[in-house]
Amino acid sequence: MKDLILKDASFSYPGDFLAVDNINIKIKGGENIAIIGQNGAGKTTTVKMMNGLLKPTKGDVLIGNLNTKDYTTAQISRYVGYVFQNPDDQIFHSTVESEIAFGPKMMKLTEAEVKKRVDNALKLTNLTKEREENPYNLPLSIRKFVTIAAVIAMDTEILIFDEPTAGQDEVGNERLSNILKTLHLQNKTVITISHDMEFVVNNFENIIVMAKKKVVKSGTPKEIFWDFETLEKANLKQPIVSDICRSLKLNNSVVHMDDAVNQIIKEINNS
Amino acid sequence: MDYELECKDVTYTYPLAQKPAIKELNLKIEKGKLYGVIGENGSGKTTLCSILRGFAPSFYKGDLTGEILVQGKALASYKDQISRKIGYVFQNPFTQISGIKNTVFEEVAYGLENFGIDVEEIEKKVINIMQLTDIMELAEKSPFELSGGQMQRVALASVIVLEPEILIIDEPTSQLDPQSTESVFKIIKKLKEEKKTIILVEHKVDLLAEYSDEMIVLHDSKIIKQGESREVLSDLSLREYGIRLPEVTLLSEKLREAGLDIDQLPITKNQILDLIEKKRKGE
Repeated sequence: MKDLILKDASFSYPGDFLAVDNINIKIKGGENIAIIGQNGAGKTTTVKMMNGLLKPTKGDVLIGNLNTKDYTTAQISRYVGYVFQNPDDQIFHSTVESEIAFGPKMMKLTEAEVKKRVDNALKLTNLTKEREENPYNLPLSIRKFVTIAAVIAMDTEILIFDEPTAGQDEVGNERLSNILKTLHLQNKTVITISHDMEFVVNNFENIIVMAKKKVVKSGTPKEIFWDFETLEKANLKQPIVSDICRSLKLNNSVVHMDDAVNQIIKEINNS
Repeated sequence: MDYELECKDVTYTYPLAQKPAIKELNLKIEKGKLYGVIGENGSGKTTLCSILRGFAPSFYKGDLTGEILVQGKALASYKDQISRKIGYVFQNPFTQISGIKNTVFEEVAYGLENFGIDVEEIEKKVINIMQLTDIMELAEKSPFELSGGQMQRVALASVIVLEPEILIIDEPTSQLDPQSTESVFKIIKKLKEEKKTIILVEHKVDLLAEYSDEMIVLHDSKIIKQGESREVLSDLSLREYGIRLPEVTLLSEKLREAGLDIDQLPITKNQILDLIEKKRKGE
């Protein structure tokens, strides 16, 4: 399993617009990690450097011992799959099935292998029913799953999901959660950008926080969501149950609902 | 009494679709209220918005039966003037951006230009709205250089600036960070205080619980529940329809399961803090 390392990495868009400023990140192979932070902090630029869509203008991005600067984006896409923030940037086939099959076909896999991968991806993303549909006849939130399935079918070691929780309902979030769990069991490295703090707390053990083009903190949900300076810097908020416990001046490490229930009941019984 | 918007037995089917996207819709929207619209994906939320604005069927075509009234008059009778009456913020901000303007400032001004308003007046209004939506620093950027979240705020600004009486807003915060999301809700609250009527589709039910007056719940193309926010969002049976309830409601339910005597479940932070305070005092 390949570690993913960003070493003193910066990226400037043409016109000298600095989007990511000298960041250092190490993600171990098989890790399931969330990236959170303010809009415009450089999250999407950072993950686009991870899959070689963008090459750092300073510093290095290493996938195992491969430096992305020495490879084309197409070569890197064999190791790192990327699900775009906007699914419409990614979809260009007229059926869900052909959209998902496109990547494996480009890898010149056998027809049987392509079919197997498409079937697996459809099953994992719960899209089997939509197989023959035109993706553009599906709601935006479901189109997002089509793009996730397309990347899963590539069977890369590392997968990046850019805001998959945006616009998802309860069922969609559960579906995402199951996908993350399955990929984790398959020892995939999964990097997910999200603004849904409850989803992050319930699905990730490690979090990277970005603000103003830099990484400002990495840590567990408890370390992140009770560090008010970091939250303020990165335009974040505590999960609601943590916020309620804070208002009640309870234990300063609650991030999960069950812990909050225990703390509140104890507090009421003691008063 | 004339409602701001009223639907009478509206059923709408998209072209070539096998079944209606909205069925037997009856709805009365009152002036100055904020209505939260929730429902699982594909339940008809965006179609409902399109119908209320007239995009369905005028733009999307398809078949619509029933009656839609805007301030007592048939929606169709407003023709092009409907865009002055009802502002619409699309779910996908990329859809909203005109694509023909070079800067964010010009983009926000575009609608007003089309209305034939004085340049000085346009500038004044645009600056005012850009400050309100906190996008002043993006003024000289190309709309296509923006992050998803920034584009979402530009899309919202470009509609608010037109000062419509009714606003239909489809998931305005899906790509925003938590504090920016809260600030969009504060802007919406301010619009409500100006007596605007707002219909807001959102998945962030905790914020809807804090800010909405009423909720409309859709399932399978129909309204299954409508009413005052606390009554709707404390209804645990909605989970059977894939509806997310506020974290506060879920926390309260777990407290009830753990033995606390709770009558109506709280849906907002203040409501649950009040409840816990009373329990602490043994009330």
